[in-house]
Amino acid sequence: MKLFELNERPAKFHEALVTLSELAENTEARAVLLDIADDATALKPYLNRLELVVLRFPIFRDGRVFTQARELREYLRFSGEIRAEGHVLPDQAAFLKRCGVDNVVLPEGSDVELWEKQLHRFPVAYQRSVLPFRPVEGGLRIEEDS
Amino acid sequence: MNAPVGHYQYDQSDREFLAARIDEFSGQVTRRIDGSLSEDEFKPLRLMNGLYLQLHAYMLRVAIPYGTIDSQQMRMFAHIARRYDRDYGHFTTRQNIQFNWIKLEETPDILRDLAKVDMHAIQTSGNCIRNVTSDEFAGAAADEVVDPRVHAEILRQWSTLHPEFTFLPRKFKIAISGSPNDRVAARFHDIGILARSGADGRPVFRIFVGGGLGRTPIIGQEIFDAVPEERLLATLEAIVRVYNAHGRRDNIYKARIKILVQALGIDAYREAVEAELQQMDLEHYRLTPEMVDAIRARFAVPELSAPDNASQELSARRETNPEFDLWVRSNTHPHRDAGHIIAVVSLKPAGGIPGDATSAQMDRLADLADEYSFGELRITHLQNIVLGHVRQDRLYDLWQALKEVDLASANIGLIGDIVACPGLDYCALANARSIPIAQKLGARFGDATLQAEIGALRINISGCINACGHHHAGHIGLLGVDKRGEEFFQITLGGRAENGASIGTILGPALPEDDTVDAIARLVDCYLGIRQRGETFLDTLDRLGDVPFKEAAYETV
Repeated sequence: MKLFELNERPAKFHEALVTLSELAENTEARAVLLDIADDATALKPYLNRLELVVLRFPIFRDGRVFTQARELREYLRFSGEIRAEGHVLPDQAAFLKRCGVDNVVLPEGSDVELWEKQLHRFPVAYQRSVLPFRPVEGGLRIEEDS
Repeated sequence: MNAPVGHYQYDQSDREFLAARIDEFSGQVTRRIDGSLSEDEFKPLRLMNGLYLQLHAYMLRVAIPYGTIDSQQMRMFAHIARRYDRDYGHFTTRQNIQFNWIKLEETPDILRDLAKVDMHAIQTSGNCIRNVTSDEFAGAAADEVVDPRVHAEILRQWSTLHPEFTFLPRKFKIAISGSPNDRVAARFHDIGILARSGADGRPVFRIFVGGGLGRTPIIGQEIFDAVPEERLLATLEAIVRVYNAHGRRDNIYKARIKILVQALGIDAYREAVEAELQQMDLEHYRLTPEMVDAIRARFAVPELSAPDNASQELSARRETNPEFDLWVRSNTHPHRDAGHIIAVVSLKPAGGIPGDATSAQMDRLADLADEYSFGELRITHLQNIVLGHVRQDRLYDLWQALKEVDLASANIGLIGDIVACPGLDYCALANARSIPIAQKLGARFGDATLQAEIGALRINISGCINACGHHHAGHIGLLGVDKRGEEFFQITLGGRAENGASIGTILGPALPEDDTVDAIARLVDCYLGIRQRGETFLDTLDRLGDVPFKEAAYETV
């Protein structure tokens, strides 16, 4: 498994992922794999012990991962690690980062340089995200810390 | 360069962003060609940049935000039509332009040419928030309360490469108007917004969700009556977030927000949006007056001044020239300034292809915009072109200039102002060709006097149930269907997109192309025979129902 880090937070290795339903019984669990159909807010009771939430793309077109990540960061103020895995494209790197994902499990045969390039492609953004930002003179535009 | 009238002026930072987007797309094309992107992976990426694979070639759809362009931008369209296409372009019902004969490997060059005039194809297709449409008479109409274009630009910017909403369950269309007379079909959009003045001098917004045409035509429902300006973006984030999380992804025909709104009911949808808003940091999403004013400062306002006798001059011309008078009656709209008028240039010549314009016509329209309307042009959702600020005493000269290039059809809002999708001539989804029947109908009712006599009557033609020709919203709607390999048309009556939006009802069995044209001719004759004084087609239909029309349409079949 090869991880691509979207930000400065060093990715941690976790032995066992459990599912949402297993979390209640397995009080030792620190890492969860959230199903694509689950609301991130279902993790609320377990937040203080969770260190890692893994979000899985069944296919790269399934944009629910982005909302799950934002709900974790914005609504639940989750400060642990968020990881994306599954069928994901380098073209999605900056979107993931801006929604609060820390790192990505690179699919087989990924071009790391392209991931790096995509992460820093755009100098400004036109809407707020979960990242700290500085307004750019005039309107909606911002620069974000990268 | 001074700020253009009617649309947002880019600066260096906007241009760098656009250049980065083109580099990204160019790289995606290269990866597709070298095989590192599969066609399944490339398809959504190219669609998000407006590139379709049609029946015979690639088609590039270029965004015209809120339908407004300047003359330089129009000349660039002409250049693209000449250089990369077959010398014409097609203006669409969502105020965009499409080029139908594009080569994949040339698209990055086209995008770089477009970027020279601050234009792009970003999010003109794909499962993301599409080009935001607005009132074609914005900033000019006498009946307007709020100019919606500043907020349309804000929505364009906000939705551009939105990190959370770029892979939605399905496409997402937003329209915004600032007039009590709905000219944007607000209730046939995923989100329709009507702006009005608020008590504090800032606008407030009435928001409809879950409208749309397509296979399942549904009229949008009001979710909020009065959203304050500073809450606009937060509210839209919340509406789209609920959709992104819960919209269906298992069946593309049930994936639009309208299906989710129907499934939950509008009250439950509203509660879900309010629950989001309660969890959101509203300060973070606040649209401040300073932000709005900074965007507004990038729009130039036309300095309107007309001689005192401008209106009298126009009246005098109308009295002496009946042909001009006919054109003024159908093709103009009152301007907020007494000495000015809004002129609509019809792209529906009798027997022509609705919405098509040649490069020569585009160049000429650009010149006329410079000469008569502050260099500004608007594309209408009925595929015509508006010159928004014409001095009344110069309207006659403009009309004569339009006549020279065959752009003076007097049929706006009349039976010749037909909306048709590209149909089977271009589109892989179509069951029938929409263009030939549009041409036949246009020719049949080509006479300007006859059209004026018939009055307000809109025909919309779709080549399949995806309804790109908005047949559900046509006063007379035609839907192409396939009957054992033959092209047939189903007729619907009574649809309307404006105030009091409704969906047309099917009149009877589908007919072959020529029989359909004849049936419509009989139906129109029937209306002329039974209407009461001052009644439009819809008035007569509302009064009598469709029985007399059904009898007329099918009498000899």
